[in-house]
Amino acid sequence: MCVTTVIDRPSAAKGYRDRRTPGAPRCRTNASAGHGCATPRTRFGKGLAILGTTVLALAGFAGGAQAQDRVLSLGGSITEIVFALGEGDRIVARDTTSSFPPDVENLPDVGYLRALSPEGVLSVEPDLVLAEEGAGPPETIAVLEAADIPFIMIPDGYDRTAIRAKIEAVAIALDVQDKGAELADTVDRSLADAIQSATVAGPKRVMFILSMQGGRILASGTGTAADGIIEMAGAENAVTSYEGYKPLTDEAVIAANPDVILMMDRGGDHAVDTSALFSHPGLALTPAARTQAVVRIDGLLLLGFGPRTPKAVLELSEALSGAG
Amino acid sequence: MTATTEDAMKQEGRGNTLAGDRQHRARLAMTGLTGLLIVTSFASLQVGAAESSFLAILATFLSGNEVTLTDRVVLLDIRLPRLTLGVLVGASLAVSGAVMQGLFRNPLADPGLVGVGAGAGLGAISAIVLGASLPAGLALALGNYAVPLAAFLGGWLSTLVLYRISTRNGRTSVAVMLLAGIALGALAVALSGILVYMADDAQLRDLTFWGLGSLAGATWAKVAAALPLILAALAVAPFLARSLNGLALGEAAAFHIGVPVQRMKAIAILTVAGATGAAVAVSGGIGFVGIVVPHLLRVSIGPDHRYLLVNSAILGAALLVAADMISRTVIAPAELPIGIVTATLGGPFFLWVLLRNRNIMDL
Repeated sequence: MCVTTVIDRPSAAKGYRDRRTPGAPRCRTNASAGHGCATPRTRFGKGLAILGTTVLALAGFAGGAQAQDRVLSLGGSITEIVFALGEGDRIVARDTTSSFPPDVENLPDVGYLRALSPEGVLSVEPDLVLAEEGAGPPETIAVLEAADIPFIMIPDGYDRTAIRAKIEAVAIALDVQDKGAELADTVDRSLADAIQSATVAGPKRVMFILSMQGGRILASGTGTAADGIIEMAGAENAVTSYEGYKPLTDEAVIAANPDVILMMDRGGDHAVDTSALFSHPGLALTPAARTQAVVRIDGLLLLGFGPRTPKAVLELSEALSGAG
Repeated sequence: MTATTEDAMKQEGRGNTLAGDRQHRARLAMTGLTGLLIVTSFASLQVGAAESSFLAILATFLSGNEVTLTDRVVLLDIRLPRLTLGVLVGASLAVSGAVMQGLFRNPLADPGLVGVGAGAGLGAISAIVLGASLPAGLALALGNYAVPLAAFLGGWLSTLVLYRISTRNGRTSVAVMLLAGIALGALAVALSGILVYMADDAQLRDLTFWGLGSLAGATWAKVAAALPLILAALAVAPFLARSLNGLALGEAAAFHIGVPVQRMKAIAILTVAGATGAAVAVSGGIGFVGIVVPHLLRVSIGPDHRYLLVNSAILGAALLVAADMISRTVIAPAELPIGIVTATLGGPFFLWVLLRNRNIMDL
């Protein structure tokens, strides 16, 4: 291992110039999140990327030494937070799950955040890596350490406090604590309001279906982002017998007795169409099938647990009230 | 001189020409392939997602200037271990495939047949899923090596079990081994399925990426772990060549011409299990190399194991290094799983070779 050399990176200057490519409008705050599911398409990994449960300690970070201007942002919600903090122009590269704000898709993509290639990460010459919990593999992180690149893992979680903690951790890492406190307060307040106003008429049992491959329903149990957002929206998760995502048998689907089916909006041809969904032998017998109640929401918006979560809560509760 | 002896002499002469010709082609192939390996190795050090170039770094170093930390990390901690691992794994997969095909006298044989693949998979899945419930001290001591270690143990153990099952009165039945290998493989897959069901989401994603196979996690520690087993296998393989040639006549015939059939089978199986177990442990499941490389060589230089084994090692290494180079540059800074590269490039090429040589394709 070679860790003792002084950092001397002449190419960093060139990269700095490249970063300011004209023509890429920057999103300053989350104000641009005004319209609905603005993201054109949602990749499968996006929803998957945000499902870790344990809370990691914030990696040791010597804040305030100098402002890092080449940030690699890994994880859709982390990228959103950086943009919401107004620091989006410090991001030089992203991972596959980062797709909001839409402009971020113009940045180089270093791949899926759980299967990062060390050289790919080094090639975008980051001076700070911000990562959602679960980024890896460990070998890649070890190489980043060897190259003296600060790597900060942001803890994840699926409730109000977790969103505050995420925003504050990102703000500390970017050395913009004031903006962080402000954003955290704003988001927290609007989230509290959203939860308050999210009253779904009657007890609605919601089943979140992650995927339906070969007729097998992969549904969310407890302890997931989907479970968290369903509760926030004032509804009830229909599947509470296990943690995480598991395939459900047809009979278990009937027993879960969902009033509404919730899915990620994948757009285009990837979406399971409603008639195919309810022709599933188990689902066909549920209350949801009788009313054809399906709600589809952009995966990153729904499961991201970031600045747009208040909006997600409102959208979901509204959709749930309308459905079924 | 009678006509018969004349014929016999002619025939012998032709035999010699054929042997000489093959020997010549094998030597030529060896030189060519070694060159190919050297070129691909250099290229793989030279290119990558990062801009660092091997030659530029070398020039900087030789002129006494300070090499930047990024360049050093890219070259010494990323590309070099990755190249080394690619050479080792490629050589080991190809030689293991060649030995297995010779041993089972079956063109489809590969290390997967003796349960190494399924066993190693089960080991890796166990480590990923059950690793969390290990005692904290043990888990800490094993660290990132728990998965490769478990994969190796799984592969090795399943091979040992299979060997015991198919050996009676000191004779190993190849037929029993093939069938029992399929049964054991199915069992390992079933057990893996149970573990997959128990896995949580994060573990499921780890499992997916392990299964795809990649050299992306190459570290010197992994190289050091795989090196002894793979080198041992590569060193033993040439001594098996004559016996494998004899075995091509059938076991009984091989025994009568003096091949120590039983001992040779034991050595071959355990060597292959060790090498493949080590390769699978450090790089996940990379398919295709073990089948394609030996067959390509059989078509071009003939089935003589004395040349086949060594050429398989070199071509396997060059092929995997080249495939890895493609996998890490084509969608840089992200990476394509190497299995996708070997299959999309190798598949059509192999089919083309098959179509051209349909009449001579044999062991």
